[in-house]
Amino acid sequence: MSVAVRLDNVHKSFGAVEVLRSVSFEVASGEVVAIIGRSGSGKSTALRCINRLEKIQSGTIEVCGRRVDDPRLDLRALRQDVGIVFQSYNLFPHLTIEQNITLAPRRVKRVHRAEARALALDKLKQVGLEEKIDAYPEQLSGGQQQRVAIARSLAMSPRVMLFDEVTSALDPHLTGEVLRVMESLAKGGMTMIVVTHEMGFARRAADRVVFMQMGKVWETGVAGILTDPETPELREFLANEL
Amino acid sequence: MAGLNLNYFIYLLQGAGWTVILSALAFVFGGAAGFLVMLARISRIAAVNRIAMFYVQVIQGIPLLIIIFIIYFGLGILGISMPPLVAAGLALTVYCSAFLGEIWRGSVDAVPRTQTEAAESLALTRWQTLRDVIIPQAAKIATPPTVGFLVQVLKSTSLVSVIGFIELTRAAQVINNTVFQPFTIFGVAGLLYFALCYPLSLWSRVLERRLNVGRR
Repeated sequence: MSVAVRLDNVHKSFGAVEVLRSVSFEVASGEVVAIIGRSGSGKSTALRCINRLEKIQSGTIEVCGRRVDDPRLDLRALRQDVGIVFQSYNLFPHLTIEQNITLAPRRVKRVHRAEARALALDKLKQVGLEEKIDAYPEQLSGGQQQRVAIARSLAMSPRVMLFDEVTSALDPHLTGEVLRVMESLAKGGMTMIVVTHEMGFARRAADRVVFMQMGKVWETGVAGILTDPETPELREFLANEL
Repeated sequence: MAGLNLNYFIYLLQGAGWTVILSALAFVFGGAAGFLVMLARISRIAAVNRIAMFYVQVIQGIPLLIIIFIIYFGLGILGISMPPLVAAGLALTVYCSAFLGEIWRGSVDAVPRTQTEAAESLALTRWQTLRDVIIPQAAKIATPPTVGFLVQVLKSTSLVSVIGFIELTRAAQVINNTVFQPFTIFGVAGLLYFALCYPLSLWSRVLERRLNVGRR
C-alpha cells in the first residue's frame, strides 16, 4: 500500500505556545486513521496542517507525493486532492445546497451547469439527502448540514478526506446519521483522517488510532489499543471518555 | 412667500437636480475607488495594506472642504484647472472612497473566517472566494451603513457651493442675494434636502430591520 499522508517531525507553535512537538505518523492509501486526544492536545492543528490551513515551523508533511511544507507548493492542487469537513459545517449560507456543492467543481474544474447538478444529486444520494438539493442550509438540521458538507467535499473527488471533530456540535441522534455516512465512505475505500471524540466510531471504522497528548503522538496502533492501551495516559483518557 | 415665485422655485429644483447628480457621481466613482481601497485593505501583501490604511487615515482626517479647496484651487495653481463639476466630483470621489472602503472592509471582516477557510479548502482562488462566498455575505452586512453614508454624502455636497458650483445650496444663496428672504429661501432648500434624504433614511432602516431578522 502506498503512503497517502506522511508527517515527519512536525513542529508548530502559535507565538510562544508549542502546539505540535515533533509529530510523526503515516496514513496509507485507503486507510482510516482516527486521531484522538484531549482538547488542546494538538490533534485538530495536526489535521489542519495537512491541507495547510496552518503552516508549520519545521518538519515535513507529504500528501499524495506533494511536499506541503514546500513554500512553492501548488496550494490549489493540494486542496483538490484533500477534502476537509469542519466541526461547524461552514456551508455557504447564501447559496442553495446544490450551489454549495457545485461551486468548487464549476469554478475550479469548469464542470458545466447541467453536469454539475447531476454531480450534486449523485453526491447527495451518497449522504441520503437528494431531496434537499434546492433547500438553503438554514432549512436543514445540523446533521443534515454536516452531511451536505461531506457531499460538498466529495464533489471535488479528493484522494484524502480530513474530518475535524465533525460530530462535536451534534446531539447523539444526529451524530449517528453523520457517522453512518462516514462509515460507508470508509468501507468504500476512502483514505480518511478523522479527529474525533467518538470512541465507538474509532473502534468500528478506524484501521489505526493515533492518540495525541501535549502536542505529541503518545501512542499509536490498531484500533485494538482502545481496549488494551499501553500507556497510562491513554488508559486514563479512555476511562474519562466513557 | 412673496420672495419665492415659481421661477425661483424651478431654479432651486434645478439646483437640487445637480445635487442628486453630484451625489450619484460621488457614489459611483467613490464606490468604484472604495472597492479598490477595500481590496487593498484586505490584501495579504503587507505593504499594499499599509499604504491603503495610510490613505484612509489621511482622507478621513481632512475636512471635505479642505479636500475640495486642494483639488479646485491647489491643482489650479499647479496649472491643472478643471470645471467646478469635475473638481467637486473628484473631491467627493476621494472622500467617499476612503469612507466606503473602510465600511466595506469592516463588512468583509465581519463574515466569519471559517467561510474563507471552507472556500479555500475547496481549491477556490482567493478572488473566487471573495466574489462567490465573502462579498455576497458582506454586501448584506454593508448595505445599511452604506445607505446611511449616502445620506451624509448627499448633505455634504452642499460644501461644493464654495467653489461656485450651482447645486441646491448655491442656488439658494443666489436667489437670496436678489430677494433677501433668507428664512424662506434656505427653509425651502432645507426641505428639499430633507425630501431627498428622508426616503434614503427610511430605506436604510428597512434594510437594517431585514438584516436583523432575516437570514444571516
